[in-house]
Amino acid sequence: MTWLFLPILIAAAVAAYVGGRALARRRGRSLPAGERSHSRPGQHGAYALIWTVVPALVVLMGASVFSPNIERQLTASGAPEAVQQLEPFRREAFFADARAVGAGRPAVQIWPAPYAELLPTEGQRASRIGQMLDLGAIVGAALAALLGALFVFGQIRPGMRARNRVEGWIVGLLFACSAVAVLTTVGIIASLVYDSLRFFSTVPLAEFLFGTQWSPQTAIRADQVGSTGAFGALPLFVGTFLIMLIAMAVAAPVGLFSAIYLSEYAGPIFRATVKPVLEILAGVPTVVYGFFAALTVGPAFREFFNGLGALMVGGPLDGLGQYLMLVQNQMALVAGAVMGIMLIPFVSSLSDDIINAVPQSLRDGSYAMGATKSETVKRVLLPAALPGVAGAMLLAMSRAIGETMIVTMAAGLAARLTLNPLDTVTTVTVQIVTLLTGDQEFNSPKTLSAFGLGLTLFLVTLVLNIVAQRIVQTYRQQYD
Amino acid sequence: MRAARLRAGLKRRYAREGRFRLYGLLAIGVAVGFLLLLLGRIIEQGHTAFYTHTVTVPVYMDPARVDRAYPQGTNFELLVAEQQLARMGVADDAQGTKAAAMRSLFSSELKFAAAARIQGNPNLVGQTVPIAAPVSDDADLYFKHEISRATPADQRRLSDEQISWLDRMKASGLVATHFNSGLFTKGDSTEPELAGVLGAVVGSALMLVVTALIAIPLGVGAALYLEEFAPRGRITDLIEVNINNLAAVPSIIYGLLGLALFINWMHLPRASPLVGGLVLALMALPTIIIATRSSLKAVPPSIREAALAMGASKTQTVFQHTLPLAMPGVMTGAIISMAHALGETAPLLLIGMVSFIPGIPHSLGEPTGALPSLVYIWENASERAFHERTAAAILVLLAFMIVMNAAAIFLRRRFERRW
Repeated sequence: MTWLFLPILIAAAVAAYVGGRALARRRGRSLPAGERSHSRPGQHGAYALIWTVVPALVVLMGASVFSPNIERQLTASGAPEAVQQLEPFRREAFFADARAVGAGRPAVQIWPAPYAELLPTEGQRASRIGQMLDLGAIVGAALAALLGALFVFGQIRPGMRARNRVEGWIVGLLFACSAVAVLTTVGIIASLVYDSLRFFSTVPLAEFLFGTQWSPQTAIRADQVGSTGAFGALPLFVGTFLIMLIAMAVAAPVGLFSAIYLSEYAGPIFRATVKPVLEILAGVPTVVYGFFAALTVGPAFREFFNGLGALMVGGPLDGLGQYLMLVQNQMALVAGAVMGIMLIPFVSSLSDDIINAVPQSLRDGSYAMGATKSETVKRVLLPAALPGVAGAMLLAMSRAIGETMIVTMAAGLAARLTLNPLDTVTTVTVQIVTLLTGDQEFNSPKTLSAFGLGLTLFLVTLVLNIVAQRIVQTYRQQYD
Repeated sequence: MRAARLRAGLKRRYAREGRFRLYGLLAIGVAVGFLLLLLGRIIEQGHTAFYTHTVTVPVYMDPARVDRAYPQGTNFELLVAEQQLARMGVADDAQGTKAAAMRSLFSSELKFAAAARIQGNPNLVGQTVPIAAPVSDDADLYFKHEISRATPADQRRLSDEQISWLDRMKASGLVATHFNSGLFTKGDSTEPELAGVLGAVVGSALMLVVTALIAIPLGVGAALYLEEFAPRGRITDLIEVNINNLAAVPSIIYGLLGLALFINWMHLPRASPLVGGLVLALMALPTIIIATRSSLKAVPPSIREAALAMGASKTQTVFQHTLPLAMPGVMTGAIISMAHALGETAPLLLIGMVSFIPGIPHSLGEPTGALPSLVYIWENASERAFHERTAAAILVLLAFMIVMNAAAIFLRRRFERRW
């Protein structure tokens, strides 16, 4: 659609506002002395503006939804016999090329005899139809705006509660804004469920959840669809779990101890310098952590383990040494450790909030009994804050499971069922990215399986989040 | 006796106290240390990408090989390589392997620079013209000491002979070191020495504009409704729970939503700033709503009550008093969430921003790259010269984020009021 409607719409809106305001002023003058109009002229103007713009927008939106279909049918039905006999797909391609030729650009395909001559004339006809439809939409919108304006101008009188009506529209608009959040959830669920259902119609759910073979690449060919064991996602779940465990092993103690130190020991100056540093750490994009993991931590860890292995070879731990010498860059430990670093500020700021929510009276009571600070933390604060801290850890886990870039860049692609942190594993998010970032046709089970994985990921993180938020909420209420 | 035992116990307790305190300090040390390590490594890897080397060679525009009317057809790289070999007194073999080796030291930019000179002034054919062009990525790495003679010859990309040529060219003053302005004025390229971040910066900027135009009004509107107008009840509770959960949904899920909704269903153009901006807007929405609500909550009720008492309607109170007073907090939250959106990568990969896109985008509808996805693409590239450029792209990305966060901090310091 052309952008011509925008200036027209703005002009109509301004005209309606100015007109409505002037009209309200003039009709307000007829009031007997001492009485005043209910709403101010500007509010009448705003009301007139709403009634002019909204009908026009409704017509334009309707047109943009329906006009592609109408245009397709109109162009097809008026076409010569030869074009009509084409398959729908070819016909679309023909008209796309016809429009290009009509506009003076070269055609994409080479068309055989009857079609090649038809291209220019059909192109002109098709673009004429398109222009007619665009023009129709604009004229329709203008008519709608005019009707709305006529209606609203007839209503303007001193007694009309224009302000209340405008405010009603504003509240409605604000409600629509918050409805977008709900619609986003609906959209997520709908898109995930729709494509997942198509996936699960070729691969049974049980096989997906408990199968131990993951090799979607082999199922590219149509005759291999759902071939045995190609879509068993268990190795991915185990890999995700392993990396999450390693990340939490780093983030939980470091994050919790920094939170304890910051809230219980640190002076105001120390806190004021360290907190921004943690915030910077939290603001670093994950792709940067991924780069760091892939090019700095990975090689460093490999060198370390290879060196360690070289020391052991020949000794009593010869087998282990041989293994360590073959360790690769892309081990679960690297991705997990870097992800742990990424999660430190997240865990720390959540725990900080929670520890600060413990009432001061508990601390004072403990100190009065002669306990040291660390004893107070260990025996009073942490037990009191335990549910909150547990909630924070669950939120961090959900983060770790859904994290994508670090694992995509630093973990591998090999789906192995192992809990060895030095081995290469792959995760759910890595597979979603690899499955969807090639140029492949969209409806193969291979790409659809990404939506199955996405749905699983969404459900798991959703449950973790809901549980965690419940825990944190009840914990907060306990001390309110 | 008892006092001694107590004293010993006290000593142990104080020792435990000291250790506990030390663990806390250690934890903070680990966090801060990693931040320093991370930034230090990226600066160390990336700083070399900000300068580059250009070679200026005198080229005899041989009338036998350069066509006045169609200079693009000339193989200038080979021409220059042969002339350079002759000038250095190196005899080539029959297969021209030395000329090929020499030629691989120049960037393909040389060809375009030379052709452009002839196109600009065809009379230069037959004369000797100095032509400047970047050196190839490997030669650049050698001048930056990333490739050294010490490495065994079969493990480096330059032969001993090529290295000696480079040394001789540098000694004769043909090679100049200067600021790598191409990094900031060019789009992506498959050749590292010609690749720049401008295309990705423009793509990211276009995307952020779309995101801000959609997410900020929608988010502020939703927060106003929930905080000021919504009747307490089931629907409002549902919306609230919903928003809290949306804020914690993994970003890749938003990528799947964008792929299914905007690309496969609505047929919006793949990898375009429009789709990227829409996806990021949906992602940023919950954070903006949460930030706006908390700054609306911070406005004391007395202000609302005073406005209502003066006869203002609910809407007038909100739009003329509460929202303006909450605005600094709203803008701070909005800028921080935009900075976050700028660094988001995973959803962009799913909507197609993983492919190589040269050039600089001009509209919302054409395929483009974005800074974070460029980092991902370059990190995956096999040429070693892309590594330093990846780190440089990260530095550019971080610079933008620092500017945005500094703006947010400034706003907070300057305008935020405490009641």
